Amino acid sequence: MNVTDLSVMALWGATALYAIAMVASAINLARVADARVRARAAVAAGAPGAPGEATTEAGGASSPARASSRAAGIARSTTLVGALLHAVGVTARGIDAGHLPWTNMYEYTISGAFFAVAVLLIIQRRRDVAFLQTGVVGLAAISVGLALAVLYAEVNPLPPALQSFWIAIHVSIAVISTGIFTVAFVASVLQLMRDSRDRGTRWRGARARFLEAVPGATVLEGLSFRLNAVGFVLWTFTVMSGAMWAEDAWGRYWGWDPKEVWSFVIWVVYAAYLHARTTQGWAGRRSAWLAIAGFVALIMNFTVVNLFFQGLHTYAGS
Amino acid sequence: MRLDNYAVADAPRLGVRGWLRWVWRQVTSMRVALLLLLLLALAAIPGSILPQWPQDAAAANAFVAANPFWGPLLDATGFLDVFGSAWFTAIYLLLFASLIGCIAPRAVAHARELRAPVAAAPSRLDRYEPTSASSPLTPADAVAAARATLRPRGGAWGALGGTRVRVDERDGAVALAAETGHLRELGNLVFHAALVGVLVAMAAGELLTFRGQAIIVEGRSFTNAVVAYDTFDSGALFDEADLEPFMLRLDRFDSAFDDTGRPLSFAAQVTLARPGEDGEASTIEVNRPLEVDGAKIYLQGNGYAPVLTVRDGAGEVASSGPVVFLPTDAAYTSQGVLKVPDVSTGPQLGFKATLYPSAVEGPFAIASVHPDPANPVIMMLGYEGDLGLDAGIPQNAYRLDESQLSPLRGEDGQPVTLRLALGDTVELPDGLGTVTFEELPRFVALDLRADPSLPWLLVAALLALAGLSVSLFASRRKVWVVAREEGGTTVVTVAGYAPGHDAGAAPVRARVLAAATGDEAGERDPA
Ligand code: HEM
Repeated sequence: MNVTDLSVMALWGATALYAIAMVASAINLARVADARVRARAAVAAGAPGAPGEATTEAGGASSPARASSRAAGIARSTTLVGALLHAVGVTARGIDAGHLPWTNMYEYTISGAFFAVAVLLIIQRRRDVAFLQTGVVGLAAISVGLALAVLYAEVNPLPPALQSFWIAIHVSIAVISTGIFTVAFVASVLQLMRDSRDRGTRWRGARARFLEAVPGATVLEGLSFRLNAVGFVLWTFTVMSGAMWAEDAWGRYWGWDPKEVWSFVIWVVYAAYLHARTTQGWAGRRSAWLAIAGFVALIMNFTVVNLFFQGLHTYAGS
Repeated sequence: MRLDNYAVADAPRLGVRGWLRWVWRQVTSMRVALLLLLLLALAAIPGSILPQWPQDAAAANAFVAANPFWGPLLDATGFLDVFGSAWFTAIYLLLFASLIGCIAPRAVAHARELRAPVAAAPSRLDRYEPTSASSPLTPADAVAAARATLRPRGGAWGALGGTRVRVDERDGAVALAAETGHLRELGNLVFHAALVGVLVAMAAGELLTFRGQAIIVEGRSFTNAVVAYDTFDSGALFDEADLEPFMLRLDRFDSAFDDTGRPLSFAAQVTLARPGEDGEASTIEVNRPLEVDGAKIYLQGNGYAPVLTVRDGAGEVASSGPVVFLPTDAAYTSQGVLKVPDVSTGPQLGFKATLYPSAVEGPFAIASVHPDPANPVIMMLGYEGDLGLDAGIPQNAYRLDESQLSPLRGEDGQPVTLRLALGDTVELPDGLGTVTFEELPRFVALDLRADPSLPWLLVAALLALAGLSVSLFASRRKVWVVAREEGGTTVVTVAGYAPGHDAGAAPVRARVLAAATGDEAGERDPA
């Protein structure tokens, strides 16, 4: 087996494992939610010793607690092994190509998805964020799968325009901040859903019961903010280092090339999000929508702008 | 003068000054700042969708021509030059006005706060999630122990970077108030001020910069003077006398392509000579401009410039030299135009030519399969007549004005296509002369640019980044400890205030409580 095949197979393996992890963590969420709802009902009914969630009714093989811990275990291990395979796939691609694996859309997608999962695992080490897992590994499975199926490109030598140390600085920070924004995006979406459920406006039904296993909207908003703050600083750096690279490569640091326009739009939208958090009437739901708008712009920049707009950033499609 | 605003029944009569103050307060409000930011993001988007004059004039021109209704309308309303349009400018200028109006008063307030003493602990702590515990220590010792874990610092640095505390005795209790977070506010101010710096540096750059483009063929040189550039732009404050009088010779252009013709490397080997000095050899590559006295020289393009010699009907050399052919595809199929006005006899001559560096010829077609000159062939069409050069209107060197020209025809009356391999000489019909393809040197397109504002821009950008990081990652907290003697034991109450996302605030409170209740390790877990 050569390096090319190794990379592709490892990435397919990661995709499959992420898909399993997504299902398992969704099941886990549903079980935890059931247990919580039941525990709450028990409290309401005045049953003793109820607050320790999921400990009620512990025992029977079919108890939600046990099934949930099995599902949680599967979700955890498949995510971890998936991430390892993913790392192997990305590294092998880099070795195969002879340069850092983020010079075209295929490479950027597999690397960005890897950093999203890595960010999730890093946070997971410090606190329990299993509720983010479904969304993050789900997005990772979809994007790596799509990358392999649609965006796949043979390895290319690095064209002169990309032969610069800036690719190690500018693009890697861009990929990492994309990963961070992705996790924050999942947190913001959950925040909005949970908030709607708590207000009783939407997501009330049994199918959204998994939201009971998710922390309250304020906690999610805090988590999303901390991630978005890190992402924003890194994105600021991405834009600045991009300008410094453009100064070397194209003889101007800023020229409103479509990619530059969108990097600017993303930056401004996230700045608006940071403002909204402390603006009367905008904190909470509206600012979460702005964070989502920022993420949508980020994805637009990488998809629509690459594929349909003419510009100097010519790694689209190749 | 009074402003007539009685139309709004309930509105108080503000007068001009009051009204202006009202407008200013609106402009500098957080909500307006937010709306302006969103507007700025929205306004930028058409600049990436519609063709823009400064970025791609040809595309903008074609767009206007192809859309007789929308083209001129969008052009007139600035949508084809979004970033130079009045509305885009208005949005960002308003935003920056709002920014300055916002940070200036905050900077003053911040400076005052830094010098002001820490505010005493509130008398009622219920609103701040208090936790209480009994302590074996006396109230004074409990507070002293709590104080020690907060590691307070005095002086200006303490106020900025550390925690400031104050301890009061009141109503038989000892109360401590601690404050952290001025660094955060300072970071925020630095960040916003640095954004103004970025804008100012960019504006200064616009005024002081120059940019020129020049094409140099291998073996030839270029003198740094405005007249020598093919195109030249400069800011309003740029002085032509500031151009350093150097000469740049292109000794050789190196390129490497892989088997499929994808570029691997480009390097222009040049010699730079200042007046009265020996030349100095350097290399200019993509991504690696050459720096000369504060200006930078960039390698922007390259191609072939075949040396063509035309002799007229009398056998005199009418034209000889390299002709720049512009590449049109990845295999460097290139197009050039040769104008020969100075013939000793007969009509003026013109040629439209295509160069195939690695030509593969079939019965009906010819194509280049690789950018390297493995088998260079030029196919050209000749014209005779009047080139139109005497009209005094500057002409595009890459276009032939065919209005007063007619194609050279063969015996069968059809226009003839001349084919020249390297070294060939072909005869023109009707004894008009000959054309020789002598050599195939390369040319490079260089951009020269100087922007003295760049160091300032860099400083402002780095300050913004540093201020932003501090502002987002430094914490803003208040912690209060009240120790009171109640029925023989000391009861310690700890409370505090921190934004919801500050996950570090709770552990600090727990640590303070642990210390005040005599738990030396101070490691009791809060959760
Ligand atoms: C060019 C326009 C602006 C940009 C790009 C911008 C960007 C930012 C960013 C990224 C933050 C979050 C980082 C931090 O907390 O320091 C922030 C915070 C803040 N900005 Fe701006 N800003 C702009 C204009 C303004 C204006 C016009 C105002 C005043 C109305 C303002 C007031 C504030 C305040 C008060 C905060 C602190 C919010 C907090 O406490 O977290 N900004 N700004």
